[in-house]
Amino acid sequence: MTTQVADVEDGHENEHGPATGITRWLFTTNHKDIGTMYLIFSLVMLFIGGSMAFVIRAELFQPGLQLVEPGFFNQMVTMHGLIMVFGAVMPAFVGLANWMIPLMIGAPDMALPRLNNLSFWILPFAFSMMMGTLFMDGGGPNFGWTFYAPLSTTYAPPSVTFFIFAIHMMGASSIMGAINVVVTIVNMRAPGMTYMKMPMFCWTWLITAFLLIAVMPVLAGVVTMMLMDIHFGTSFFDAGGGGDPVLFQHVFWFFGHPEVYIMILPSFGVVSEVIPTFARKKLFGYHSMVYAIIAIAVLSFVVWAHHMFTVGMPLAGELFFMYTTMLIAVPTGVKIFNWVSTMFRGSLTFETPMLYSIAFVILFTIGGLSGIMLALAPVDFVYHDTYFVVAHFHYVLVPGAIFGIFAAVYYWLPKWSGKMYDESLGKFHFWVSFIGLNLTFFPMHFVGLAGMPRRIPDYPLQFADFNMIVSIGAFMFGTSQLIFVYVLIKTLRSGEKAPQRPWEGAEGLEWTVPSPAPYHTFATPPKVD
Amino acid sequence: MLQNVRVLSIFLALFPTIAWSEWEVNMTRGVTDTSAAIYDLHMLVFYICVVISVIVFGVMFWSMYHHRKSKGAKAHLFYESTKIEILWTILPIIVLIIILFPATKTLLETYDTADSDIDIQVTGYQWKWRYKYIGQDVDFFSVLTTPSDEIYNKAEKNPNYLLEVDNPLVLPINKKIRFLFTSNDVIHAWWVPALALKKDAIPGFINESSTTINEPGIYRGQCAELCGKDHGFMPIVIKAVTEVEYAAWIDEQKTLKEKAASASQKDWSMDELMAKGEQVYNKNCSACHQPTGVGLPPVFPALAGSAIALGPIEDHIDIVFNGKSGTGMSAYGEQLSAVDMAAVITYERNAWGNDVGDKLLPADVEKMKGGK
Repeated sequence: MTTQVADVEDGHENEHGPATGITRWLFTTNHKDIGTMYLIFSLVMLFIGGSMAFVIRAELFQPGLQLVEPGFFNQMVTMHGLIMVFGAVMPAFVGLANWMIPLMIGAPDMALPRLNNLSFWILPFAFSMMMGTLFMDGGGPNFGWTFYAPLSTTYAPPSVTFFIFAIHMMGASSIMGAINVVVTIVNMRAPGMTYMKMPMFCWTWLITAFLLIAVMPVLAGVVTMMLMDIHFGTSFFDAGGGGDPVLFQHVFWFFGHPEVYIMILPSFGVVSEVIPTFARKKLFGYHSMVYAIIAIAVLSFVVWAHHMFTVGMPLAGELFFMYTTMLIAVPTGVKIFNWVSTMFRGSLTFETPMLYSIAFVILFTIGGLSGIMLALAPVDFVYHDTYFVVAHFHYVLVPGAIFGIFAAVYYWLPKWSGKMYDESLGKFHFWVSFIGLNLTFFPMHFVGLAGMPRRIPDYPLQFADFNMIVSIGAFMFGTSQLIFVYVLIKTLRSGEKAPQRPWEGAEGLEWTVPSPAPYHTFATPPKVD
Repeated sequence: MLQNVRVLSIFLALFPTIAWSEWEVNMTRGVTDTSAAIYDLHMLVFYICVVISVIVFGVMFWSMYHHRKSKGAKAHLFYESTKIEILWTILPIIVLIIILFPATKTLLETYDTADSDIDIQVTGYQWKWRYKYIGQDVDFFSVLTTPSDEIYNKAEKNPNYLLEVDNPLVLPINKKIRFLFTSNDVIHAWWVPALALKKDAIPGFINESSTTINEPGIYRGQCAELCGKDHGFMPIVIKAVTEVEYAAWIDEQKTLKEKAASASQKDWSMDELMAKGEQVYNKNCSACHQPTGVGLPPVFPALAGSAIALGPIEDHIDIVFNGKSGTGMSAYGEQLSAVDMAAVITYERNAWGNDVGDKLLPADVEKMKGGK
């Protein structure tokens, strides 16, 4: 009982900093600590997933099997996808949300701090279990990150059960994180901050959170159906028992397509913060930007089967999904035009966050345009499941999601750490990444159109030259991320002290608190007019 | 960039065995009317995308050059314009409608389900294709023939590396062919770029697609849906021939079948069965159970020293004939001829240290097949 009294007394102290030692991180309910943990976790995952990409590209450097067996290659392809999607990109966004949303809307913390702690601490366990499958008898998941049944049910290695449990845990974590974001944004905005005055990053995250709440249960549903098929004798996906393997794909992509936007919308938000800052000009068309995000989110629920044009849908289905998919180009176009117009007649400087944001707009547009090509069902009969698709989704995910995250880190690092990063090193990191990325993913368009299927460990000779270039690009892109780590370490150890508002054109509440942001901010809400 | 080129040339010099191939950068126009229509649609959309990027990136680069702070640019208060917003919502819709018409038209063409001249059932297996000419009594498997020495870089790779099979799918030109796709195990996808035809082969369901090939030739493709370990090793080869040649080929298949039937009545010696069995094993079984019978446990069990291979022959015959449900072991009763079946079972019981000593005769297998 005495300890309880002590706790209460502690609570009465006005300023209390972080706890000491490991307990600070284990028991923390502070949005900044949790944000930091999410970001570090995602960086670690980026390197694990990236090293798997290294294995893939090393094997594909030349035709023939040199390094790994096809079975292990498939495990690498699967784990690379799963780790990058669920381990690197999504946690990084949740980390950014944790750090920035309270600072941007003038809230003292996230609305549900204990839930916040739980949703982070689930992740290390989920991913340890998922990666543990690699060491189990029969190997880890080897059916691609889309885990189509019956390859992932009847024909799966025994470790698939652990994979299912890991997905359940990640899903639970994501849903909790999303609920937290929604509750925080809806209830804890500073007085005067109406929805239409909210920073774009908060808007994109609000929509993303709704998408997460809507579709993560669908993912949980589909893996549960798999679990039932594998262990409890049901036949959801087994035609032999009256089920339908294509049902799996419908349910999976009903989750999977909104998931694609979950992985890009927060980056839209970041870029919408960074470009106005370095153009020294307000974001062009704020209202239409908000409407465009909402339109994209709504449309994302009715386009899922464009991932399945070759499964033999009826003509009406093909037409419906082709038209709705093409329609997404409209709000996406609006966003791109608005970013370009924000730069137009601005007063531009090109610091590292801006470089990443500009590269984001250019390369995401390229990925978007190949998306329009893929939307056309008859042509997709040729593109489907080739490297053209691999090129497309890496163009929207790497310079899309990941460059957005890099832009965010460089942009807000001074606020987080109180120190400035080394600008020339940051630019160096950008240019090596930019060249490496294009060298990796651009030639994939060519091999795909020329006829190379995705997810193969070995390929016919006519694809040899481009594959070698792709591999060299991939090694360059992967290695250049070590520069990023070096920049981070150098900033933390010996960076110059950052001012409260390090960017001349930056606006928003996060720049009204000192750098580094104190452990507790906005204990009294600021007033926004 | 220059450094990249240099690094690249060093790498290339290190691997002189790689033949310099043509730098294929685009989709093939193909050899059917549909594939040509799809190619044209692809190029149309591609050029539209190029125009859009030139405009968007043009404005961007122009601003990046002219509106730099270092050149003294001042930010204008230009951040809202309903007119412009409406304009760039409407314009893309118009462009999309322009694309939509040819896309819909091409899609309708690919959905032509009118009567065909020839029907072929294509069944995906892990990891080979089976072609059944409906109504013709022609039915065979098509398996990769690239030797494993080439795959493991012990021999120089031939030009058709990974795109060669033992029995190509022979088709006549200028005839409408309907394919009926299904699968025996997991989902595969049958893809031949020259026909612009890709369709999933789904267990328990039948998908259909039609094509009419305009030019004779050999067209190669690959499985496009991840279907397990050897997904990259189940190619498709089509040999498109004239109608006359096609008719002759069908006749030949029938004669071959009769020959095989008489071979099964021969009294096979142990050595003959073992030699034949090794061939059959390497073609059908070694992908999973491995050339030396050690398997890849636990998913693919070892045969060397296994209880089934060393136990009563009835159980051994049963598992090869009927497969094992819920695993990758498919039923080979229909896949293998009587000779192949007898040979492979004999081989498995007497190779790699297995020494049961008994043999199974093709004639007996024939009886079992008849009895089913």
